Amino acid sequence: MQAPRIPRFLPLKVSRVPRGIRSRSLHARATEFLQSQDPDLSESQRTVREAISKICSDFPDSYWAQIDESHQFPTELYEALARRGWLGICLPQRYGGSELGISEAAVMMQTIAESGAGMTGASSIHMNIFGLEPVAKYGTEEQKDRWLTPLIAGRQRACFGVTEPNTGLDTLQLQATARRSRDGYVLSGQKVWISTAQRADKILILVRTTPRDRVKKPSQGLSLFYTDLQVPEVQITEIPKMGRAAVDTNSLFFDNWHVSMEDRVGEENEGFRMILHGMNAERILIGAEALGLGFAALRRAALYSNNRHVFGRPIGQNQGIQHPLADSWMKLEAARMMIYQAARLYDQGYTGGEYANAGKYLAAEAAFEGCERAILTHGGMGYAKEYHVERYLREVFIPRIAPVSREMILNYIGERVLGLPRSY
Amino acid sequence: MSGLRILVPVKRVIDYAIKPRINKAQTGVETAGVKHSLNPFDELSIEEAVRLRERKGPIKVEDILALSAGGPKCPDVLRTAMAMGADRAFHIDVPDKGDGGPEPLTIAKMLQAVVKEQNVNLVLLGKQAIDGDQGQTGQMLAGLLGWPQATQASKVDIKDDAGTVEITHEVDGGVETLRAKLPMVITTDLRLNEPRYASLPNIMKAKKKPLEKKTLADLGVEDTRRLKTLKVTEPPPRKGGGKVEDVDGLVSKLKELGAL
Repeated sequence: MQAPRIPRFLPLKVSRVPRGIRSRSLHARATEFLQSQDPDLSESQRTVREAISKICSDFPDSYWAQIDESHQFPTELYEALARRGWLGICLPQRYGGSELGISEAAVMMQTIAESGAGMTGASSIHMNIFGLEPVAKYGTEEQKDRWLTPLIAGRQRACFGVTEPNTGLDTLQLQATARRSRDGYVLSGQKVWISTAQRADKILILVRTTPRDRVKKPSQGLSLFYTDLQVPEVQITEIPKMGRAAVDTNSLFFDNWHVSMEDRVGEENEGFRMILHGMNAERILIGAEALGLGFAALRRAALYSNNRHVFGRPIGQNQGIQHPLADSWMKLEAARMMIYQAARLYDQGYTGGEYANAGKYLAAEAAFEGCERAILTHGGMGYAKEYHVERYLREVFIPRIAPVSREMILNYIGERVLGLPRSY
Repeated sequence: MSGLRILVPVKRVIDYAIKPRINKAQTGVETAGVKHSLNPFDELSIEEAVRLRERKGPIKVEDILALSAGGPKCPDVLRTAMAMGADRAFHIDVPDKGDGGPEPLTIAKMLQAVVKEQNVNLVLLGKQAIDGDQGQTGQMLAGLLGWPQATQASKVDIKDDAGTVEITHEVDGGVETLRAKLPMVITTDLRLNEPRYASLPNIMKAKKKPLEKKTLADLGVEDTRRLKTLKVTEPPPRKGGGKVEDVDGLVSKLKELGAL
């Protein structure tokens, strides 16, 4: 009797996985252009993500590389966003805004940066998104109507002037002054790191109205103005810099600059308090912009390492290439969790700064590392402008440094969270 | 004619920028975890409906009703349609059975019922959905209604208040201009217009526009299948070509392959 024939190789039995459990999608999240699969996004965040993706997909990396080369302001993106009401995302509906939260604005800024626009795209509109919050909160009805309406419509551009060359982050030491005159104030002094001042119509500026030795509390004595910038009394000088050439950054010198009473925001001597109000939001938005840049760099690195064949295999098959990128995704994603947690808390009225600061710190560092690894993944090609990652690296220093340094964030956490003595 | 009551059926499909992959069971395209968006041809029909209103032609646009049949995510594309300018929306709840959704004839019958119920006098729909690429629904609907139809429109012009419409569509070697009277069915083609991106304030307003949920049964339609998909496969991978040195090389290669 013949023994039944046993096949030498048993056919592999493919186990059937019930529908729904199989969650691995066929498209890799980190390589899909502006994917909107993040499981934590709220419905309105997803809506923002998708709508901004559509607009940004009209502005490819080649556009950003070209304006970086030619130092041209990205007017086209600015207008595309202004025309569709995006500049008013956080501002009151009365003046044409949409009154969404920082949670949505953060998604918007992340998405813009992530499209390849980086800090160039983000900075071109950044000030409009949340910069005028002090006006929205402390301005009079007349001021809001006069200022917010044209800003949201994209008819007027604003910039922001706080930092001074001699005081750095020590804002309470500001030296630029505003003296009372018959019908207003006369401003004199200087400001530095004023982005978009070359083209901005207006500036929100913080200057001293009471000398430091005459104030009751150190946080008093500074006043906030929102006024016309392009006047002969203000000399605006562009600072040549490492990256983001398309969006100018400047030094301002001004003397005998007359500003009318109607252009003062809120109470005299209470400017610092008004500025403080928006600081956490500012950090969250910058952090979100950093994330965008980091994810953009990671996308380019993952795509490149999958396509580039050396020694007969894609370089991304090597763990030496793959693992740093996987590590970067985890770090970016962890920072994203914190940034969006900070945004959610901010929208709920939480005023603590630990998550906004820590989120900005982690996002900027993760993005920096991601950009660096993207260049190294590309090898020599990464050093060539053609592959865009070198531009990302030059821009990713901005969120590491601004609006507050890494060291000052560490000081903040050390003092406020760990209860350690102030070191500076 | 009193006013235009436009119905714009839309479909939620895999985003056009995504490379479709066949599912493991070879019954269709894998849709899990893949980005979806409004079918591009349907975007054109929404845009055209909104432009008809904005043009302020001889007949005023009274109502733009967007409609989509499908699973629980359908409202996403309906909100997009309303953000672009549709006034209201119907979501016909058709649970996903993994069979590619209802057939064109079922959809056409469903639309016929909506046209009657909602007193629609113009149906603007994409010439095809980019997932199934069947391109049948518009024509079937016109047949069921007994209305004139113009397919693959590249221009729609309402001539007078009696409801005369001129439609241009591209044919081999030129363009053809058709004239018909409302009510009618028009399917849209790529060159008709360039769909807008919805503005943020309109996106916000769209969240408050009415979206009604209905079922096929409400419209007296049964989801019966007349066709069975046996197998879906990917096209064979492209084989790399060869390089020739010069024209002589090309000629001899073509001869060798028997092409000359």
